[in-house]
Amino acid sequence: MNPLVNVLRRWWPALGLVVLAVVPYSALPLPGLLDGPIGSPGSLQLLALCLVFGALATGYDLLLGRTGLLSFGHALYFASGTYATDLLLTSAGLGFWTAAGLGLLAGAALSALLGAVSLRMSGIGFAMVTLAFAQAGSILVQRDPGGVTGGEEGLAATGLPGWLVGIQHTANLYWIALAYLVLTLAAVQWAVRSPIGRVWEGIRENERRVEVLGLRPYGFKLVAFVLAGTLAALGGIVYLLLTGGATPQATSSDFTLSLLVMVILGGSGTRWGPLVGGVLYTWAQHRLAGLAGSDTIAGLPSALRVPLSQPLFLLGVLFVIVVYALPGGVAGLPARLRRARA
Amino acid sequence: MATVVLLTMTGLGLGALYFLVASGLSLIFGLMDVLNFAHGALLSIGAYAAWWGASNGFGYPLALLFGTGVGTLASVALELGLIRPLYQRPREQVLATVGVGLAVPALLSAIWGADARTFPVPGALAGTFTVLGAAVPVNRLVLVGAALLVLLALKLFLGRTRHGLVVRAGVEDRAMVTALGIDVRKAFTLVFAIGGAAASLAGALAGLYFGSVDPTQGSSLLIFGFVVVVMGGLGSVGGAALACVVVGLVQQFANYYTTSGLGDLAVVAMLAALLLVRPSGLTGRLA
Repeated sequence: MNPLVNVLRRWWPALGLVVLAVVPYSALPLPGLLDGPIGSPGSLQLLALCLVFGALATGYDLLLGRTGLLSFGHALYFASGTYATDLLLTSAGLGFWTAAGLGLLAGAALSALLGAVSLRMSGIGFAMVTLAFAQAGSILVQRDPGGVTGGEEGLAATGLPGWLVGIQHTANLYWIALAYLVLTLAAVQWAVRSPIGRVWEGIRENERRVEVLGLRPYGFKLVAFVLAGTLAALGGIVYLLLTGGATPQATSSDFTLSLLVMVILGGSGTRWGPLVGGVLYTWAQHRLAGLAGSDTIAGLPSALRVPLSQPLFLLGVLFVIVVYALPGGVAGLPARLRRARA
Repeated sequence: MATVVLLTMTGLGLGALYFLVASGLSLIFGLMDVLNFAHGALLSIGAYAAWWGASNGFGYPLALLFGTGVGTLASVALELGLIRPLYQRPREQVLATVGVGLAVPALLSAIWGADARTFPVPGALAGTFTVLGAAVPVNRLVLVGAALLVLLALKLFLGRTRHGLVVRAGVEDRAMVTALGIDVRKAFTLVFAIGGAAASLAGALAGLYFGSVDPTQGSSLLIFGFVVVVMGGLGSVGGAALACVVVGLVQQFANYYTTSGLGDLAVVAMLAALLLVRPSGLTGRLA
């Protein structure tokens, strides 16, 4: 085989990382894909969001695709990172790094506590209990106890360092998002290849057999849950920086469901699938939202205009189609094509 | 005393809504192993159909019937069109219902707007009546009555009819029923229709209870439906009935006597405590 192809095959993730790292210096226009040139603040913001959600989906897949745990409460751990950091910044007046560190700790502690309770159930019972906990968190944030969470208005972050605020510093935020993505990919990859990861795989395939081998699945599942929860909390902190505040939408069950959609869309249990799904979903949602308000849509007859004006409707339908027609998600597509050709 | 009576009646009314949502969820899960995330969507379809009927000059009973009918048809269509082709793949079934659960509220808010629409409540049901010095809204009675009727009908159906027998046997052991040469698939569609009818009835009644319909009503009621199902024991209608009374009452009393919102949290805390003590729910069925 051509040595160049071999090198590319081995090193393309590194190459991709380099390309992603220099994106803020590029003025390449991508008409149709992005509104402005690639290095403009608007495009960078969207790209950074895509990277964050790609990483969040990768972390969520640690539960869904790697361990076989269907959690419907992942939004809670994401939001705990966002809100804890935000509250420590605004109410306690701590510095950013202290607040972020404590916020991360809060997310890890919460996932350990609630994971320990919900993992007493298995299968669908577990899914329902995680959902109920996440809903409790969502209600707590929306009811705004003591006026600290800002209720439905959300809570704008104050006291952030200067190099993380403002439109001229979008590139810094983009790099932070990229770093978070790399960290998540590395952590998930490392964990999955570790001895614990082998047990996770066993639990996913057949939990009873793991028990027969003399291992207790509970502890292993709890490790997966806490790792995924901590990664989500870190993502919440990055998201806080990107959007400059916390919103109650991040606590809702729809948020978890959108992570689930991303993972399934991209391909659950694969290395790159959730990342691809997260990027595609986030990009599509933003573009569709832009499309919905555009004149082209407003001119259409109502039978077309009404469904097209709702990104969630299109994404929901797309999701059902993927579940039916593309069980392995986008990541499974090359293998399917190869099989079809053979 | 008056407050306690009013809170009890309101809690029971809310519990009635939860029961209507949870009974279908519980049966569908027990029989088919499908956690139906589209159940909230079916509720919203029922609510909007009833609202549409009531605003277009149907009387309330007719609008209620219309909403339930439309919701039942939608649930049968959902089962035949989306769930049936995915038999043997329970996880994909759950995912398909998640997609429907996202798409339907979005479609409803695309057509009728994201804001709440006022539900035209008929005069006979808008008033109050007096019990032990408390002025209780009439609609609470309607809700509790409807839930009791559905509970009775379900009990009779499950206990006295041949189809009910198949459903009960299927909840216990689906493989055995199939091995005996009974087509369980018909029972699946039937159970989905029953669940959809109960959910859309809940939607139509929720319009009466809240005085308005909005696209997110379904999913917020669905979550408490899930709580009730887990607490009652998956697949058990009687357990769901018991749990919904507890959940509705605890929520109302805690919301009134402490701060608003704490009741919802109390319900979740109760669920966690119950799971720590009895992981299989109140009725001890396998979860």
